[in-house]
Amino acid sequence: MEYLKAFLVGGLLCVVGQVVIDRTKLTPARILVAYVIAGIVLGALGVYEPLVKWAGAGASVPLTGFGYTLAKGVRRAVEEKGLLGAFTGGLTAAAGGIAASILFGYFFALVCKPHEKS
Amino acid sequence: MGKRIGNQTLAMTTPVPVAGFAAVAGKKEGQGPLTFDYVAPDATFGEKTWEKAESKMQRDALDRAMAKAGVSEKELELLCAGDLINQCIASAFGTRGREVSFLGLYGACSTMAEGLGLAACMIDGGFASCTAAVTSSHFCSAERQYRFPLEYGGQRTPTAQWTVTGAGAAVLKANFPHAPCITHVTFGQIVDFGIRDANNMGAAMAPAAHQTLTALFADTGTEPADYDLILTGDLAAVGKNILIDLFASDGVTLAGRYDDCGCMIFDGAAQDTHAGGSGCGCGASVLCCHVLNGMRQGQWKRVIFAGTGALMSPVSSQQGESIPSVCHAVVLEYTG
Amino acid sequence: MIDKKNYQAFADAHAPKSKIWKNLLFAFLIGGAICTVGQGVLSFWKSAGLDTEAAGSATSASMVFLGALFTGLGLYDRLAKYGGAGTLVPITGFANAIVSAALEFKSEGYVLGMSAKMFTIAGPVLVFGISFSVVYGLILRLFGG
Repeated sequence: MEYLKAFLVGGLLCVVGQVVIDRTKLTPARILVAYVIAGIVLGALGVYEPLVKWAGAGASVPLTGFGYTLAKGVRRAVEEKGLLGAFTGGLTAAAGGIAASILFGYFFALVCKPHEKS
Repeated sequence: MGKRIGNQTLAMTTPVPVAGFAAVAGKKEGQGPLTFDYVAPDATFGEKTWEKAESKMQRDALDRAMAKAGVSEKELELLCAGDLINQCIASAFGTRGREVSFLGLYGACSTMAEGLGLAACMIDGGFASCTAAVTSSHFCSAERQYRFPLEYGGQRTPTAQWTVTGAGAAVLKANFPHAPCITHVTFGQIVDFGIRDANNMGAAMAPAAHQTLTALFADTGTEPADYDLILTGDLAAVGKNILIDLFASDGVTLAGRYDDCGCMIFDGAAQDTHAGGSGCGCGASVLCCHVLNGMRQGQWKRVIFAGTGALMSPVSSQQGESIPSVCHAVVLEYTG
Repeated sequence: MIDKKNYQAFADAHAPKSKIWKNLLFAFLIGGAICTVGQGVLSFWKSAGLDTEAAGSATSASMVFLGALFTGLGLYDRLAKYGGAGTLVPITGFANAIVSAALEFKSEGYVLGMSAKMFTIAGPVLVFGISFSVVYGLILRLFGG
């Protein structure tokens, strides 16, 4: 059941992105930025948390989930550390994903080479 | 003088023979409907970078064209070369080591017609007796410069075009017998009808092709029916239909004698190239194999080759500029 | 008469349309499938004894790994041709943007090529994500409880 929920919610979040791609001339980079910001805003409003609880990876794997992670981390850090937390909270919560993308990005770029398209 | 007729067209006093021509292409182009002098087994052409591969392609195309014309490097007096990479490095690096005067040109995908036109004028003007034009484009080097990294997962829009991996070279030599000859050259003006979408270059370039071809017809007192083949460089499917309709709105029909290199080089449905091919290598490789060979075999006697170029850069696109375009036309004739 | 003023509409009429329903279906199926894989990874990390939060972080890192792997193998762009936003929106798409840029610019060196250009596409996500999170934190601090 949790797999079905993840599939449905994850798929729907992607469909929203596809509508934006096909209907506007927004570039992919802008869509990613919009998703992260939307995640932070929805996370701040407390709307995204229930979605993550319900759909699991369906809500956390799309980039809105990344924004939600940032928002959640900041909220907790501000509670614990005050002003400093506003600066450290987001990156701390998202550190795993960011460090992984830098390390794996570098590694795979090192060992692989670009393929021509056919 | 009397060599300049009408507003834009230059008439050669003595038609300038295309003594030798050759085209090389990548694997995907080789799988398309046309044949080339050489098709590489993969896009690297045995080199380490895409830029080196493109230089090698250009060098190879010119070597083959010179060999077919029976012209040595010593005889070659001037080379007009161009490509799409920033600062035209494929041309400069591909010509490095040759002892020949070098003009590096940028006219985006119109460069082959621009180079051919200049090379022909040099000969007809008496400034040289043997010149050459060569241009190239490479899917991988163009993609990283104008769009996204190769492995980036993006969707192409239906109007997008596929940069051709290929190069074409033509060697011009005065008094060369039994060769297709350049009789007229029309250098185009910059035309911008306000298209901003860099994924719709065909639509951006079609008005330029319309302007230049209209000038050519007016200046020479000809009409489309006087030509066996009218060929645009890389308008592809979208731009081709727009051009047909632009002429139709003038009451001029191109039907039956008009085609576009971008539509000819790929099998659009089977090869998933969306609107069709583009790039300096597109027009050059189609001209320097399929078309010039066809002329020699008597398939067409009088041909217009109209290279079309979209003169935007990634910077201008990001700054929201529309796409200025240019089209240069060369008239070729083969009388046997 | 076609002139500059009416040309955009004239050109648009000649442009083939995106197959929007097909695109939406593929985005849904492929995006959904990637998230389902994510759910499997999440369950795995939970069953390995991680708490919800740690399992979430581990899942992000694992999905980034998979995205990077598929990009390196030259498969992610082929999937994306059909997936569209279905491959763009999941965090695997973020990894793809990073690895593809790093790969592409490897020929310009490991420092100024690969490392510097690694974030040409994905960088704005971090800039906006981190900036907005800090702003949110400041708002919380100033107005929140």
